Amino acid sequence: MIPEIGHLALIIALIFAFLQAGSGLLSSDRAKRTWLTGVTPAFAFGQTFFLLFSYLALTYLFVNNDFSVAYVANHSNTQLPIYYRISAVWGAHEGSLLLWVLILSLWSTCVAWQLPKQLSKSVATQVLGVLGSISTGFLLFILWTSNPFLRLLPFSPEQGRDLNPLLQDPGLIMHPPMLYMGYVGFAVAFALAIVALWRGELERAWAQAARTWTLVAWLFLTLGITLGSWWAYYELGWGGWWFWDPVENASLLPWLVGTALLHSLLTVSSQGIFKRWVSLLAIAAFSLSLLGTFLVRSGVLTSVHAFANDPERGVFILILLGVVVGGSLLLYATRAHCLTSPECSLGLSRETLILTNNSLLVIACATVLLGTIYPLILDAMSQVKLSVGAPYFNRLFVPLAWLLMLILAVGPVSRWRQSFHVAVKPLLWSAMGVSVLIFLINVFVLQLFWQVALTIALGIWVVLGSTIAVWLRTQFHWQAMKHLSLRYYGMLLAHLGVVVTAVGVAVVSFYSIERDVRMQVDDSLALAGYVVTFKDVTPYQGANYKSTRGQFTLQLKDKPVSAYLFPEKRVYLAQGMPLAETAIDANLWRDIYIALGEPLDNTGETWAVRVYYKPLVRWLWLGGLLMVAGAILSVFSKKKKEQHENPLV
Amino acid sequence: MKIRWFNTLPVIIFIALLLCLWLGLGRDTNLLPSALLEKPMPVFTLPDLNNQPLSEKQWQGKVALVNIWATWCLPCRTEHPILLKLAEQGVTIYGLNYKDDYQDALLWLNQRGNPYQSVARDVGGLVAIDWGVYGVPETFVIDKKGNIRYRLVGILTEEAWQKQLKPLMDTLQEE
Amino acid sequence: MKFIYHLFFLMTLFTSVVAQAAVEDEYPFDTPTQQAQFMRLSGQLRCLVCQNQSLADSDATLAQDLRQQMYVRVKEGQSDQDILHYFTERYGQFVLYTPPVQENTYLLWGLPLFLFLAAVVIIGRHVVRRKTL
Repeated sequence: MIPEIGHLALIIALIFAFLQAGSGLLSSDRAKRTWLTGVTPAFAFGQTFFLLFSYLALTYLFVNNDFSVAYVANHSNTQLPIYYRISAVWGAHEGSLLLWVLILSLWSTCVAWQLPKQLSKSVATQVLGVLGSISTGFLLFILWTSNPFLRLLPFSPEQGRDLNPLLQDPGLIMHPPMLYMGYVGFAVAFALAIVALWRGELERAWAQAARTWTLVAWLFLTLGITLGSWWAYYELGWGGWWFWDPVENASLLPWLVGTALLHSLLTVSSQGIFKRWVSLLAIAAFSLSLLGTFLVRSGVLTSVHAFANDPERGVFILILLGVVVGGSLLLYATRAHCLTSPECSLGLSRETLILTNNSLLVIACATVLLGTIYPLILDAMSQVKLSVGAPYFNRLFVPLAWLLMLILAVGPVSRWRQSFHVAVKPLLWSAMGVSVLIFLINVFVLQLFWQVALTIALGIWVVLGSTIAVWLRTQFHWQAMKHLSLRYYGMLLAHLGVVVTAVGVAVVSFYSIERDVRMQVDDSLALAGYVVTFKDVTPYQGANYKSTRGQFTLQLKDKPVSAYLFPEKRVYLAQGMPLAETAIDANLWRDIYIALGEPLDNTGETWAVRVYYKPLVRWLWLGGLLMVAGAILSVFSKKKKEQHENPLV
Repeated sequence: MKIRWFNTLPVIIFIALLLCLWLGLGRDTNLLPSALLEKPMPVFTLPDLNNQPLSEKQWQGKVALVNIWATWCLPCRTEHPILLKLAEQGVTIYGLNYKDDYQDALLWLNQRGNPYQSVARDVGGLVAIDWGVYGVPETFVIDKKGNIRYRLVGILTEEAWQKQLKPLMDTLQEE
Repeated sequence: MKFIYHLFFLMTLFTSVVAQAAVEDEYPFDTPTQQAQFMRLSGQLRCLVCQNQSLADSDATLAQDLRQQMYVRVKEGQSDQDILHYFTERYGQFVLYTPPVQENTYLLWGLPLFLFLAAVVIIGRHVVRRKTL
């Protein structure tokens, strides 16, 4: 009964989405159509209500182990702990799409509620229309090819196949919802851009409104990517945190463009320039989200992550992609000239720096995109199989990141429409001098790898630049500093986050130590000044797995034991799938990471063990969290203060 | 107006991208073509089922299939009846027994039938690496000179035989 | 303070051989250069079974066999090029994580560079001429 009700709710939601799209797009300021403006939000609420209902129905089916439903039978199990049964709902293709579309409807509801206060009602209605169209497309996709409520009748299994053990993890519970909040959130900026192009106008108020919506989407995406990287690190067992995997890249692409979009929205809301850039970036950000959806669900690319390998689904998403993105870009091609910006003089002004910043981000995005789909193109055109892996991406991405850091330092110090303040120039030169000096010391005196030295020097450059910016505004007077807007502090925090992540990446990439060893009980391994001792190995029984648990001690050489670590080799009972659970002793400066490999003899006393020393690895994710914190501050920043800020700074 | 052409670039680039993606649908990304196509098969000396040395020279001279198999490989069981059928029809099939136990292999062939003219036992798996094998089962087509002309990855199905292997072998017979 | 300690340790890292009395490395080498070569090369090759892991990371049987082959060759003192050639000869270029620079990858390597130069030129021109964008 419940599955059918859930299915029915989906169909009703589709109807509401379609109505929302129709009334939103057809509404205008003309007399006969004003009633559509009142009705559209109602359709949005209706869609959300029924989608929520459908989603909860699916959750209910999981919690109650209803294996007559194919999706539940394939991804759950009676032995699965209840919290994983709840998160299993979004653990695979059909359910995750339902979550995707639910989140979209929630965003639409928020838009219906908030946007009329920021912009006009008619704009908000049209935005809802665009969002409704997207919902309609996705709901059609779900109902046509990816229905989570399909039944396995008349012979439904007694036991499910279990959730993939890799997904049975707290980090993984949060990762997809955060990502979807981000991907889907960019749809709002997208819809705003479409409406702006259609109406032929993009005012500053528009950009200010878009800024908030984009910030929220961006911060969720950042959080999602950070969580994914952290999860991969501790779950996958070989100490990696970013693999340039097609699906990872799929999340990075909208992030890069989204960052460029955020900065461009600044220029529009403050100076009214770069309107075409902004509309194009807004279209691009969401398009890349959709592209990412296509890549991971169509079987076009090999990935550890790939959700679905179904070409039929691939065709549908491709059509969806074509219609949404192709349509919006066509709109751009024909209407972009209506968005006029006043003449602006460039030179070494903030506009130029933001333009450069955006260009670098877009080039980085294009490079990652090219590298990701190149094997596909080559295979399709010439049957040649080539692979594009981490070395390619690192070689091209890292220099771009360095250039970005170079600009990051001076951005906050720059001024609109003019070059730097006269007082600032000598300070900047000094800061540059200090950074260069630090670089040279790092390379020649401390003998660090030049890449690490460069990253540190650039990091210091950014910190100094930001300090100069704060001095310029406040002369470091406490009163003035208290009056800096939350948005300003948010920016500083987010920029700091970039630096922290960059330095973490550099150090962990060059100074990690990995030891692949055979250890017997009571053996010790010396690593980076620590001593790791293999103490014991015992069997252990979990809720739905059996495991062999090793016990290791960690201590600094000649000091008492500071930590006990318990890496496991698990076998999940439902499908006999083995999984290694790593054990990590973590602090801000380094991780000691242990993973059990295979037993090397029949007694079970000798094991292949991987031990890693990972300096500053936590900085990677700390930086991500700082960026998120910065964005949160900006979101809560009060608008009135912005207008009083010194327009020259 | 003068910027207008500029604005059409995104659409054009996107359509090109879409085309590439569309072409990519339906391709199995896991299938690799052999790196040894048109090249002579690797040199090897391995024990056969009677523990006598067998070299690649003994596989030259006829158009044949070289089938990589193992008793622990489940899909190999699926293709085995088809191999038997082909052998009865006169197709020459050589076997490369990959990382398998001698006794298990003998038992397996005794129980299920032996479609192979000869079997090279690659206990260590090194010769298979020379052949570029990355999974079991795989089947190669070699010509009279002993050059590798094709590799099929996965189960040798009736369809694969009719559509891919048979036409090629017929052509090679004419050479 | 702890950080300085770590930094100091790290700096001496690659110039010393870490002596192991109690524990044997899975793949023991005579010199750290060979060790480094092994790690570098096995990170540059793709595991063909688990296609999104490198040869270094994968636990697949084939990966273990291939790592063993690499180990033997590194110990023999073969060059990077020769060792990689061993793998590409058998498995094709797909096994390399870094796409080689050749005719069918000019676009792959060249396009980002081209975009970068184009950006430099366009922005540069506008900055110098003070035009609208």
